[in-house]
Amino acid sequence: MAEYTLNTPLTDEDITPLKAGDVVFINGTIYTARDAAHKRLMDLIDKGEATPFELKGSIVYYVGPSPAPPGRPIGAAGPTTSYRMDTYAPRLHALGQKASIGKGKRSEEVKAALKEHKAVYFGATGGAGALLSKCITAAKVIAFDELGPEAIRELTVEKFPLLVINDCHGGELYAVPDRKAAGLED
Amino acid sequence: MRTVKAQDVIAPVANMCREANLKLPDDVKQAFRDHMESEDSPAAKEIFRQLLENSAMAEETGLPLCQDCGLAVFFVDIGEDVIVEGSLKDAVTQGMIQGYEEGYLRKSSCDPMSRANTGDNAPAIIHFDFVPGDKITINFMAKGGGSENMSRVTMLAPAQGWEGIKKFVVNRVAEAGPNPCPPTMLGIGIGGTFERAPILAKRSLMRPLNDTHADPEIAKLEAELLDAVNALGIGPMGLGGKTTCLGVKIEMAPCHLASLPLAVNVQCHSIRHQEVVI
Repeated sequence: MAEYTLNTPLTDEDITPLKAGDVVFINGTIYTARDAAHKRLMDLIDKGEATPFELKGSIVYYVGPSPAPPGRPIGAAGPTTSYRMDTYAPRLHALGQKASIGKGKRSEEVKAALKEHKAVYFGATGGAGALLSKCITAAKVIAFDELGPEAIRELTVEKFPLLVINDCHGGELYAVPDRKAAGLED
Repeated sequence: MRTVKAQDVIAPVANMCREANLKLPDDVKQAFRDHMESEDSPAAKEIFRQLLENSAMAEETGLPLCQDCGLAVFFVDIGEDVIVEGSLKDAVTQGMIQGYEEGYLRKSSCDPMSRANTGDNAPAIIHFDFVPGDKITINFMAKGGGSENMSRVTMLAPAQGWEGIKKFVVNRVAEAGPNPCPPTMLGIGIGGTFERAPILAKRSLMRPLNDTHADPEIAKLEAELLDAVNALGIGPMGLGGKTTCLGVKIEMAPCHLASLPLAVNVQCHSIRHQEVVI
């Protein structure tokens, strides 16, 4: 398993070498969006309006951070479960989004979109919100402020630690449950 | 009879909400250390190391352990020899609102249809009960959405019995895979009625991780289920390993002779709960 440091925005050349299980550290700008924000993004795209950030080369982090206490750019900021964004992700990848960050399984449609559009799904450690916030040096809301924790934020990150869960070659890191060992007859 | 002013629970409830979100119970941290030792896979070890570092970070910085500070769930047991002056329900809610605001905790409560955030994490989910004695015991849990979404209730046929229960639970954990932030804790409610089973399941999540059921027969079933789900090999964060689940707690209640209600309440590794006795 290899280790990479990547700077945003991401290119095809950044994505192609990545394999499931690789460790990646991100430097640069990433954008937060979760359930409600994705729905709003789709509405904007449907209407042909501009998106709040450039999708091409972008990394979208599925997170709803806790409020920033005084003196800190952001509160706890760990990943939320990704499958809820599966409906929207293929379309965003088709428009140039290069990576998403979350936790948990993705749909077959998302995995196919990763292959087709040379994109990748990164996993961050779920529940490690305090730890991950250490790598976020700046945060500002750039759209949908009224959504509170679900607003779209632009985050500046330094050495943000990720694992490649699904690569653009069909590779996947998650363990397949051993149903037989657990006494389930399939 | 003892008189308790409802107002007097506001400060302890606020404090409990803040503390629970910042500080993992000691037995949970100990479980992380123990499993970090016993895991063979470097990825599984690394996840436990990160979870321990995260817990140290949260205590040091005052940031919550997880950005999902949960819906606030309370079990309030009122002693039968207590007279409450004022609204206990309002006081618990007020304490919760205060704790989430002052602690910079995320408010996740929203309208189920419009999805508009209520803005203050209200309403608190409160289960009241009466118990012997002259004290009020309040148990609080910060219940995250990701793991809660992986929970299920079902009505089995009585003939399915323990094998049916086991199959349903193990299958649920297999289906959930990496989604609920394993290693998880499982609260299992068996019996009662359709609405009683999940309350039993939720209540069992308030038990300490290292607690064994007082009834040795139930304790044996808990151990059997724990072994079965860990045999799945899903491991910490779904990356493979021996520890898919940290503990299984079962609570039972008599049910209708036609029914076998079963609830599986999934709790992520961030097992955030506290108890206060007034």
